[in-house]
Amino acid sequence: MEENIKIEIKDFSFLYHKKQVIHNLNLKIHKNEITSFFGPANGGVTTLLRSLNRLFELNHDTHTKGDILIDGKSIFDPDSSVTELRRKVGMVFEIPAPLPISIFDNVAYGPRLKKKKSKSEINDVVEQALKQAALWDDVKDRLKAPAMSLSGGQQQRLCIARVLALQPEVIMLDRACSGLDPISTAKIEESLFQLKEEFTIVIAPHNVQQAIRISDRAAFMLMGHLIEAGTSDEVFGSPKDQRTNDYITGRFG
Amino acid sequence: MRKQFDKQLENLNAKLVEMSEAVEQAIANTNTALTTRNTELAKEIIACDDDIDAMEKEIESLCLKLIIQQQPVASDLRLVSAVLKILTDVERIGDHASDISEIICMMNGKEYIKKLEDIPQMAEVTQKMVHDSIVAFVSKDIELAKEVIATDDKVDDLFVAVKDELIVLINNNQENGDQAIDLIMIAKYFERIGDHAVNIAEWVIFSLTGFHKDSRVM
Repeated sequence: MEENIKIEIKDFSFLYHKKQVIHNLNLKIHKNEITSFFGPANGGVTTLLRSLNRLFELNHDTHTKGDILIDGKSIFDPDSSVTELRRKVGMVFEIPAPLPISIFDNVAYGPRLKKKKSKSEINDVVEQALKQAALWDDVKDRLKAPAMSLSGGQQQRLCIARVLALQPEVIMLDRACSGLDPISTAKIEESLFQLKEEFTIVIAPHNVQQAIRISDRAAFMLMGHLIEAGTSDEVFGSPKDQRTNDYITGRFG
Repeated sequence: MRKQFDKQLENLNAKLVEMSEAVEQAIANTNTALTTRNTELAKEIIACDDDIDAMEKEIESLCLKLIIQQQPVASDLRLVSAVLKILTDVERIGDHASDISEIICMMNGKEYIKKLEDIPQMAEVTQKMVHDSIVAFVSKDIELAKEVIATDDKVDDLFVAVKDELIVLINNNQENGDQAIDLIMIAKYFERIGDHAVNIAEWVIFSLTGFHKDSRVM
Protein backbone atom coordinates (compact mmCIF):
# COMPACT_ATOMS: atom_id res chain seq x y z
CA MET A 1 0.00 0.00 0.00
CA GLU A 2 1.24 3.50 -0.84
CA GLU A 3 2.75 5.43 2.04
CA ASN A 4 0.31 8.34 2.12
CA ILE A 5 -2.95 6.41 1.85
CA LYS A 6 -5.04 6.44 5.02
CA ILE A 7 -8.26 4.88 3.84
CA GLU A 8 -8.81 2.53 0.96
CA ILE A 9 -12.36 1.84 -0.19
CA LYS A 10 -12.46 -1.35 -2.22
CA ASP A 11 -15.36 -2.32 -4.42
CA PHE A 12 -17.70 -1.11 -1.70
CA SER A 13 -21.48 -1.43 -2.05
CA PHE A 14 -24.16 -0.48 0.44
CA LEU A 15 -27.79 -1.55 0.66
CA TYR A 16 -30.66 -0.26 2.78
CA HIS A 17 -33.18 -3.09 2.80
CA LYS A 18 -32.97 -4.15 -0.82
CA LYS A 19 -32.20 -0.74 -2.17
CA GLN A 20 -28.61 -0.29 -3.25
CA VAL A 21 -27.38 3.20 -2.41
CA ILE A 22 -23.64 2.81 -3.09
CA HIS A 23 -22.42 0.87 -6.11
CA ASN A 24 -18.98 -0.79 -6.21
CA LEU A 25 -17.05 2.23 -5.08
CA ASN A 26 -13.25 2.26 -5.27
CA LEU A 27 -11.22 5.14 -3.89
CA LYS A 28 -8.12 5.93 -1.87
CA ILE A 29 -8.20 8.72 0.69
CA HIS A 30 -4.87 10.40 1.40
CA LYS A 31 -3.34 11.27 4.75
CA ASN A 32 -2.97 14.94 5.71
CA GLU A 33 -5.39 16.06 3.06
CA ILE A 34 -8.95 17.26 2.88
CA THR A 35 -11.04 15.04 0.65
CA SER A 36 -14.52 16.20 -0.32
CA PHE A 37 -17.38 13.95 -1.38
CA PHE A 38 -20.03 15.97 -3.13
CA GLY A 39 -23.04 15.59 -5.35
CA PRO A 40 -26.80 16.06 -5.45
CA ALA A 41 -29.06 14.71 -2.72
CA ASN A 42 -29.45 10.92 -2.53
CA GLY A 43 -26.04 10.50 -4.14
CA GLY A 44 -24.75 8.31 -1.33
CA VAL A 45 -22.35 10.80 0.25
CA THR A 46 -23.76 10.67 3.78
CA THR A 47 -24.08 6.90 3.64
CA LEU A 48 -20.46 6.62 2.56
CA LEU A 49 -19.30 8.81 5.45
CA ARG A 50 -21.41 6.79 7.85
CA SER A 51 -19.77 3.66 6.48
CA LEU A 52 -16.24 4.80 7.22
CA ASN A 53 -16.80 4.40 10.98
CA ARG A 54 -19.62 1.83 10.72
CA LEU A 55 -22.14 4.32 12.05
CA PHE A 56 -24.70 2.81 9.65
CA GLU A 57 -24.89 -0.24 11.90
CA LEU A 58 -27.19 1.81 14.11
CA ASN A 59 -29.80 1.38 11.34
CA HIS A 60 -31.51 -1.96 10.86
CA ASP A 61 -31.43 -4.03 7.73
CA THR A 62 -28.29 -2.62 6.15
CA HIS A 63 -25.83 -4.66 4.14
CA THR A 64 -22.42 -3.99 2.74
CA LYS A 65 -20.24 -5.64 0.15
CA GLY A 66 -16.60 -5.02 -0.55
CA ASP A 67 -14.20 -3.62 2.00
CA ILE A 68 -12.88 -0.48 3.65
CA LEU A 69 -9.29 -0.50 4.89
CA ILE A 70 -7.80 1.98 7.34
CA ASP A 71 -4.01 1.81 7.46
CA GLY A 72 -4.34 -1.40 5.46
CA LYS A 73 -6.61 -3.10 7.97
CA SER A 74 -10.28 -3.93 7.30
CA ILE A 75 -12.75 -2.02 9.48
CA PHE A 76 -15.04 -5.04 9.20
CA ASP A 77 -12.45 -7.37 10.69
CA PRO A 78 -14.31 -9.45 13.33
CA ASP A 79 -11.63 -8.86 15.94
CA SER A 80 -11.53 -5.09 15.49
CA SER A 81 -13.47 -2.97 17.99
CA VAL A 82 -16.19 -0.73 16.59
CA THR A 83 -15.82 1.62 19.58
CA GLU A 84 -12.14 1.99 18.84
CA LEU A 85 -12.97 2.57 15.16
CA ARG A 86 -15.37 5.39 16.01
CA ARG A 87 -12.78 7.00 18.26
CA LYS A 88 -10.25 6.80 15.46
CA VAL A 89 -12.71 8.07 12.85
CA GLY A 90 -14.67 10.94 14.38
CA MET A 91 -17.71 12.59 12.88
CA VAL A 92 -19.12 16.11 13.06
CA PHE A 93 -22.75 16.39 11.97
CA GLU A 94 -24.78 19.01 10.17
CA ILE A 95 -26.59 20.22 13.28
CA PRO A 96 -24.34 20.77 16.26
CA ALA A 97 -25.58 18.76 19.20
CA PRO A 98 -23.79 19.81 22.37
CA LEU A 99 -24.82 17.95 25.50
CA PRO A 100 -26.81 20.11 27.95
CA ILE A 101 -23.82 20.40 30.26
CA SER A 102 -20.92 22.83 30.54
CA ILE A 103 -18.51 23.66 27.72
CA PHE A 104 -15.70 21.93 29.58
CA ASP A 105 -17.70 18.79 30.34
CA ASN A 106 -18.77 18.45 26.71
CA VAL A 107 -15.16 18.13 25.63
CA ALA A 108 -14.12 16.09 28.68
CA TYR A 109 -17.01 13.63 28.24
CA GLY A 110 -15.24 11.30 25.83
CA PRO A 111 -11.81 11.20 27.45
CA ARG A 112 -13.43 10.53 30.85
CA LEU A 113 -15.34 7.56 29.41
CA LYS A 114 -12.31 6.15 27.70
CA LYS A 115 -10.06 5.40 30.62
CA LYS A 116 -9.00 6.68 33.99
CA LYS A 117 -7.23 9.97 33.59
CA SER A 118 -6.06 12.45 36.18
CA LYS A 119 -7.76 15.81 36.47
CA SER A 120 -4.77 17.64 35.10
CA GLU A 121 -4.55 15.22 32.16
CA ILE A 122 -8.20 15.88 31.36
CA ASN A 123 -7.60 19.63 31.65
CA ASP A 124 -4.75 19.40 29.18
CA VAL A 125 -6.76 17.34 26.70
CA VAL A 126 -9.70 19.75 26.85
CA GLU A 127 -7.51 22.80 26.44
CA GLN A 128 -5.64 21.32 23.51
CA ALA A 129 -8.84 20.18 21.77
CA LEU A 130 -10.45 23.61 22.20
CA LYS A 131 -7.32 25.27 20.83
CA GLN A 132 -7.19 22.96 17.82
CA ALA A 133 -10.85 23.70 17.10
CA ALA A 134 -10.09 27.46 17.32
CA LEU A 135 -12.57 27.88 20.16
CA TRP A 136 -10.21 28.31 23.12
CA ASP A 137 -9.91 32.10 22.94
CA ASP A 138 -13.71 32.45 22.81
CA VAL A 139 -14.41 30.28 25.85
CA LYS A 140 -11.31 30.08 28.07
CA ASP A 141 -12.87 32.44 30.64
CA ARG A 142 -16.21 30.65 30.82
CA LEU A 143 -15.50 26.94 30.58
CA LYS A 144 -18.18 26.24 33.18
CA ALA A 145 -20.88 28.05 31.21
CA PRO A 146 -23.57 25.87 29.59
CA ALA A 147 -22.61 24.73 26.08
CA MET A 148 -26.07 25.74 24.93
CA SER A 149 -25.17 29.41 25.58
CA LEU A 150 -22.69 29.33 22.68
CA SER A 151 -23.54 30.64 19.22
CA GLY A 152 -24.23 28.18 16.39
CA GLY A 153 -20.72 28.51 14.99
CA GLN A 154 -19.17 28.10 18.43
CA GLN A 155 -21.35 25.05 19.12
CA GLN A 156 -20.11 23.48 15.90
CA ARG A 157 -16.49 24.17 16.85
CA LEU A 158 -17.26 22.66 20.25
CA CYS A 159 -18.42 19.50 18.47
CA ILE A 160 -15.15 19.46 16.53
CA ALA A 161 -13.26 19.86 19.83
CA ARG A 162 -15.25 16.97 21.27
CA VAL A 163 -14.09 14.75 18.41
CA LEU A 164 -10.50 16.00 18.77
CA ALA A 165 -10.44 15.26 22.50
CA LEU A 166 -10.63 11.57 21.59
CA GLN A 167 -7.39 11.92 19.66
CA PRO A 168 -8.77 10.63 16.38
CA GLU A 169 -6.88 9.98 13.16
CA VAL A 170 -9.64 10.77 10.71
CA ILE A 171 -12.18 13.58 11.08
CA MET A 172 -15.35 13.56 9.02
CA LEU A 173 -17.62 16.55 8.65
CA ASP A 174 -21.04 16.04 7.15
CA ARG A 175 -22.27 19.43 5.90
CA ALA A 176 -20.95 20.83 9.14
CA CYS A 177 -21.16 24.46 8.01
CA SER A 178 -24.64 24.52 6.44
CA GLY A 179 -26.25 26.58 9.15
CA LEU A 180 -23.35 28.91 9.78
CA ASP A 181 -22.65 32.50 8.75
CA PRO A 182 -19.59 33.22 6.56
CA ILE A 183 -17.38 34.24 9.51
CA SER A 184 -18.06 31.06 11.48
CA THR A 185 -17.64 29.01 8.30
CA ALA A 186 -14.32 30.71 7.62
CA LYS A 187 -13.14 29.96 11.17
CA ILE A 188 -13.98 26.27 10.80
CA GLU A 189 -12.37 26.09 7.37
CA GLU A 190 -9.28 27.82 8.78
CA SER A 191 -9.04 25.28 11.58
CA LEU A 192 -9.44 22.43 9.06
CA PHE A 193 -6.34 23.71 7.25
CA GLN A 194 -4.45 23.47 10.54
CA LEU A 195 -5.93 20.09 11.43
CA LYS A 196 -5.02 18.41 8.17
CA GLU A 197 -1.35 18.76 9.12
CA GLU A 198 -2.06 16.12 11.71
CA PHE A 199 -5.19 14.29 10.60
CA THR A 200 -6.96 12.94 7.56
CA ILE A 201 -10.08 14.98 6.85
CA VAL A 202 -13.11 13.83 4.93
CA ILE A 203 -15.94 16.24 4.30
CA ALA A 204 -19.32 16.39 2.69
CA PRO A 205 -19.33 20.12 1.94
CA HIS A 206 -22.65 21.95 2.06
CA ASN A 207 -22.02 23.47 -1.35
CA VAL A 208 -19.64 23.25 -4.29
CA GLN A 209 -17.97 26.54 -3.40
CA GLN A 210 -16.88 25.19 -0.04
CA ALA A 211 -15.52 22.06 -1.70
CA ILE A 212 -13.50 24.25 -4.08
CA ARG A 213 -12.18 26.42 -1.25
CA ILE A 214 -10.90 23.73 1.01
CA SER A 215 -10.40 20.37 -0.71
CA ASP A 216 -7.14 18.91 -1.84
CA ARG A 217 -9.05 16.13 -3.56
CA ALA A 218 -12.66 15.79 -4.54
CA ALA A 219 -14.97 12.96 -5.48
CA PHE A 220 -18.26 13.49 -7.30
CA MET A 221 -21.05 11.05 -6.49
CA LEU A 222 -24.28 10.64 -8.35
CA MET A 223 -27.03 8.12 -7.51
CA GLY A 224 -24.61 6.01 -5.50
CA HIS A 225 -21.94 5.91 -8.18
CA LEU A 226 -18.55 7.52 -7.96
CA ILE A 227 -18.48 9.52 -11.19
CA GLU A 228 -14.98 10.86 -10.88
CA ALA A 229 -12.33 11.67 -8.33
CA GLY A 230 -9.09 13.57 -8.51
CA THR A 231 -7.25 16.59 -7.25
CA SER A 232 -9.32 19.69 -6.68
CA ASP A 233 -7.70 21.39 -9.68
CA GLU A 234 -8.68 18.52 -11.93
CA VAL A 235 -12.23 18.06 -10.70
CA PHE A 236 -13.15 21.75 -10.46
CA GLY A 237 -10.91 23.02 -13.26
CA SER A 238 -11.32 20.46 -15.99
CA PRO A 239 -13.58 17.63 -14.92
CA LYS A 240 -13.31 14.59 -17.16
CA ASP A 241 -16.95 13.63 -16.96
CA GLN A 242 -19.63 15.83 -18.51
CA ARG A 243 -21.97 15.10 -15.58
CA THR A 244 -19.44 16.51 -13.11
CA ASN A 245 -19.05 19.60 -15.26
CA ASP A 246 -22.82 20.03 -15.50
CA TYR A 247 -23.32 19.64 -11.77
CA ILE A 248 -20.63 22.02 -10.58
CA THR A 249 -21.55 24.66 -13.14
CA GLY A 250 -25.13 24.51 -11.90
CA ARG A 251 -26.73 22.87 -14.91
CA PHE A 252 -28.53 20.27 -12.80
CA GLY A 253 -28.91 19.17 -9.20
CA MET B 1 -29.73 31.21 -11.97
CA ARG B 2 -28.12 29.22 -14.74
CA LYS B 3 -30.35 30.87 -17.37
CA GLN B 4 -29.13 34.30 -16.36
CA PHE B 5 -25.52 33.08 -16.38
CA ASP B 6 -25.91 31.56 -19.86
CA LYS B 7 -27.32 34.86 -21.09
CA GLN B 8 -24.33 36.70 -19.65
CA LEU B 9 -21.94 34.28 -21.35
CA GLU B 10 -23.73 34.74 -24.67
CA ASN B 11 -23.45 38.48 -24.25
CA LEU B 12 -19.73 38.10 -23.52
CA ASN B 13 -19.27 36.10 -26.73
CA ALA B 14 -21.22 38.69 -28.71
CA LYS B 15 -19.06 41.52 -27.37
CA LEU B 16 -15.88 39.62 -28.20
CA VAL B 17 -17.11 38.98 -31.75
CA GLU B 18 -17.95 42.66 -32.11
CA MET B 19 -14.48 43.67 -31.00
CA SER B 20 -12.75 41.18 -33.25
CA GLU B 21 -14.83 42.36 -36.21
CA ALA B 22 -13.58 45.88 -35.56
CA VAL B 23 -10.01 44.58 -35.48
CA GLU B 24 -10.47 42.54 -38.67
CA GLN B 25 -11.82 45.66 -40.33
CA ALA B 26 -8.75 47.56 -39.14
CA ILE B 27 -6.47 44.97 -40.76
CA ALA B 28 -8.44 45.13 -44.02
CA ASN B 29 -8.37 48.93 -44.00
CA THR B 30 -4.64 48.92 -43.29
CA ASN B 31 -4.15 46.72 -46.32
CA THR B 32 -6.18 49.12 -48.48
CA ALA B 33 -4.38 52.18 -47.10
CA LEU B 34 -1.05 50.49 -47.80
CA THR B 35 -1.76 49.39 -51.36
CA THR B 36 -3.47 52.65 -52.35
CA ARG B 37 -1.01 54.85 -50.39
CA ASN B 38 -3.99 56.47 -48.68
CA THR B 39 -2.80 58.47 -45.67
CA GLU B 40 -6.29 59.74 -44.85
CA LEU B 41 -7.53 56.18 -44.37
CA ALA B 42 -4.43 55.40 -42.29
CA LYS B 43 -5.28 58.32 -40.00
CA GLU B 44 -8.80 56.98 -39.63
CA ILE B 45 -7.47 53.58 -38.60
CA ILE B 46 -5.31 55.20 -35.92
CA ALA B 47 -8.34 57.10 -34.60
CA CYS B 48 -10.43 53.91 -34.51
CA ASP B 49 -7.94 52.26 -32.17
CA ASP B 50 -9.43 54.17 -29.24
CA ASP B 51 -12.78 52.47 -29.89
CA ILE B 52 -11.07 49.09 -29.83
CA ASP B 53 -9.37 49.94 -26.55
CA ALA B 54 -12.72 50.97 -25.09
CA MET B 55 -14.24 47.64 -26.14
CA GLU B 56 -11.37 45.85 -24.41
CA LYS B 57 -12.10 47.68 -21.16
CA GLU B 58 -15.79 46.89 -21.41
CA ILE B 59 -15.24 43.16 -21.98
CA GLU B 60 -12.65 43.04 -19.23
CA SER B 61 -15.17 44.52 -16.79
CA LEU B 62 -17.79 42.03 -17.95
CA CYS B 63 -15.41 39.14 -17.23
CA LEU B 64 -14.57 40.41 -13.76
CA LYS B 65 -18.25 40.95 -13.01
CA LEU B 66 -19.00 37.37 -14.09
CA ILE B 67 -16.21 36.02 -11.89
CA ILE B 68 -17.49 37.81 -8.81
CA GLN B 69 -21.19 37.20 -9.48
CA GLN B 70 -21.16 33.64 -10.73
CA GLN B 71 -17.90 32.29 -9.32
CA PRO B 72 -17.47 30.18 -12.45
CA VAL B 73 -15.89 26.74 -12.26
CA ALA B 74 -14.82 24.05 -14.73
CA SER B 75 -15.84 24.80 -18.34
CA ASP B 76 -17.31 28.17 -17.29
CA LEU B 77 -14.09 29.23 -15.58
CA ARG B 78 -12.03 28.17 -18.58
CA LEU B 79 -14.31 30.14 -20.88
CA VAL B 80 -14.20 33.36 -18.88
CA SER B 81 -10.45 33.18 -18.29
CA ALA B 82 -9.87 32.38 -21.98
CA VAL B 83 -11.81 35.52 -22.93
CA LEU B 84 -9.59 37.57 -20.61
CA LYS B 85 -6.46 36.18 -22.28
CA ILE B 86 -7.84 36.40 -25.85
CA LEU B 87 -8.85 39.98 -25.21
CA THR B 88 -5.25 41.07 -24.74
CA ASP B 89 -4.23 39.53 -28.05
CA VAL B 90 -7.15 41.04 -29.95
CA GLU B 91 -6.35 44.46 -28.52
CA ARG B 92 -2.68 44.07 -29.46
CA ILE B 93 -3.64 43.21 -33.04
CA GLY B 94 -5.55 46.49 -33.13
CA ASP B 95 -2.38 48.25 -31.94
CA HIS B 96 -0.36 46.68 -34.75
CA ALA B 97 -2.86 47.84 -37.38
CA SER B 98 -2.42 51.28 -35.89
CA ASP B 99 1.40 50.94 -35.88
CA ILE B 100 1.36 50.01 -39.59
CA SER B 101 -0.92 52.97 -40.31
CA GLU B 102 1.57 55.31 -38.64
CA ILE B 103 4.29 54.08 -40.98
CA ILE B 104 1.95 54.56 -43.95
CA CYS B 105 1.44 58.17 -42.81
CA MET B 106 5.20 58.69 -42.56
CA MET B 107 5.74 57.31 -46.07
CA ASN B 108 3.37 60.07 -47.11
CA GLY B 109 2.10 58.64 -50.41
CA LYS B 110 5.52 58.14 -51.97
CA GLU B 111 5.90 55.71 -54.89
CA TYR B 112 6.97 52.25 -53.71
CA ILE B 113 10.36 50.83 -54.62
CA LYS B 114 8.65 47.61 -55.63
CA LYS B 115 5.24 46.28 -56.48
CA LEU B 116 3.65 45.12 -53.22
CA GLU B 117 2.59 41.48 -53.47
CA ASP B 118 3.64 39.46 -50.44
CA ILE B 119 2.77 42.09 -47.82
CA PRO B 120 -0.89 42.45 -48.95
CA GLN B 121 -1.06 38.68 -48.95
CA MET B 122 0.21 38.64 -45.36
CA ALA B 123 -2.59 41.06 -44.50
CA GLU B 124 -5.20 38.82 -46.09
CA VAL B 125 -3.92 35.65 -44.46
CA THR B 126 -3.60 37.17 -40.98
CA GLN B 127 -7.02 38.78 -41.22
CA LYS B 128 -8.50 35.37 -41.93
CA MET B 129 -6.53 33.85 -39.07
CA VAL B 130 -7.95 36.39 -36.63
CA HIS B 131 -11.45 35.80 -37.99
CA ASP B 132 -11.15 32.02 -37.80
CA SER B 133 -9.67 32.02 -34.30
CA ILE B 134 -12.67 33.93 -32.95
CA VAL B 135 -15.12 31.76 -34.92
CA ALA B 136 -13.36 28.72 -33.42
CA PHE B 137 -13.89 30.18 -29.95
CA VAL B 138 -17.54 31.01 -30.36
CA SER B 139 -18.44 27.77 -32.14
CA LYS B 140 -16.14 25.65 -29.91
CA ASP B 141 -14.36 24.31 -32.98
CA ILE B 142 -11.05 22.79 -31.95
CA GLU B 143 -10.15 21.71 -35.52
CA LEU B 144 -10.51 25.26 -36.79
CA ALA B 145 -8.29 26.50 -33.96
CA LYS B 146 -5.61 23.98 -34.98
CA GLU B 147 -5.92 25.15 -38.58
CA VAL B 148 -5.21 28.73 -37.50
CA ILE B 149 -2.08 27.59 -35.68
CA ALA B 150 -0.90 25.67 -38.77
CA THR B 151 -1.54 28.64 -41.07
CA ASP B 152 1.07 30.69 -39.23
CA ASP B 153 3.87 28.92 -41.15
CA LYS B 154 2.55 30.51 -44.31
CA VAL B 155 2.79 33.96 -42.75
CA ASP B 156 6.33 33.28 -41.58
CA ASP B 157 7.32 32.13 -45.10
CA LEU B 158 5.86 35.29 -46.60
CA PHE B 159 7.84 37.39 -44.14
CA VAL B 160 11.08 35.67 -45.12
CA ALA B 161 10.24 36.20 -48.80
CA VAL B 162 9.64 39.94 -48.21
CA LYS B 163 12.89 40.23 -46.26
CA ASP B 164 14.96 38.48 -48.96
CA GLU B 165 13.49 40.64 -51.69
CA LEU B 166 14.18 43.84 -49.75
CA ILE B 167 17.81 42.84 -49.14
CA VAL B 168 18.28 42.50 -52.91
CA LEU B 169 16.68 45.92 -53.46
CA ILE B 170 18.98 47.56 -50.90
CA ASN B 171 22.03 45.89 -52.46
CA ASN B 172 20.99 47.14 -55.88
CA ASN B 173 20.49 50.73 -54.83
CA GLN B 174 21.26 52.22 -51.43
CA GLU B 175 18.57 54.83 -51.91
CA ASN B 176 15.99 52.09 -51.49
CA GLY B 177 17.16 51.70 -47.87
CA ASP B 178 14.76 54.15 -46.23
CA GLN B 179 11.64 52.64 -47.67
CA ALA B 180 12.93 49.09 -47.37
CA ILE B 181 13.17 49.59 -43.60
CA ASP B 182 9.59 50.92 -43.48
CA LEU B 183 8.34 47.97 -45.49
CA ILE B 184 10.17 45.38 -43.40
CA MET B 185 8.62 46.90 -40.28
CA ILE B 186 5.18 46.71 -41.83
CA ALA B 187 5.78 43.07 -42.75
CA LYS B 188 7.00 42.37 -39.22
CA TYR B 189 3.82 43.85 -37.74
CA PHE B 190 1.70 41.61 -39.95
CA GLU B 191 3.84 38.67 -38.91
CA ARG B 192 3.16 39.58 -35.25
CA ILE B 193 -0.57 39.77 -35.97
CA GLY B 194 -0.32 36.16 -37.13
CA ASP B 195 1.39 35.23 -33.85
CA HIS B 196 -1.39 36.87 -31.83
CA ALA B 197 -3.99 34.93 -33.82
CA VAL B 198 -2.08 31.76 -32.89
CA ASN B 199 -2.22 32.81 -29.23
CA ILE B 200 -5.98 33.22 -29.50
CA ALA B 201 -6.31 29.78 -31.08
CA GLU B 202 -4.24 28.28 -28.26
CA TRP B 203 -6.59 29.80 -25.68
CA VAL B 204 -9.54 28.41 -27.62
CA ILE B 205 -8.03 24.95 -27.21
CA PHE B 206 -7.47 25.63 -23.50
CA SER B 207 -11.05 26.71 -23.06
CA LEU B 208 -12.25 23.45 -24.61
CA THR B 209 -9.75 21.02 -23.10
CA GLY B 210 -7.96 22.54 -20.09
CA PHE B 211 -4.67 22.11 -21.96
CA HIS B 212 -2.62 25.09 -23.09
CA LYS B 213 0.18 24.34 -25.56
CA ASP B 214 -0.06 20.67 -24.58
CA SER B 215 0.47 21.25 -20.88
CA ARG B 216 -2.31 21.00 -18.37
CA VAL B 217 -3.29 24.35 -16.90
CA MET B 218 -6.28 23.13 -14.93
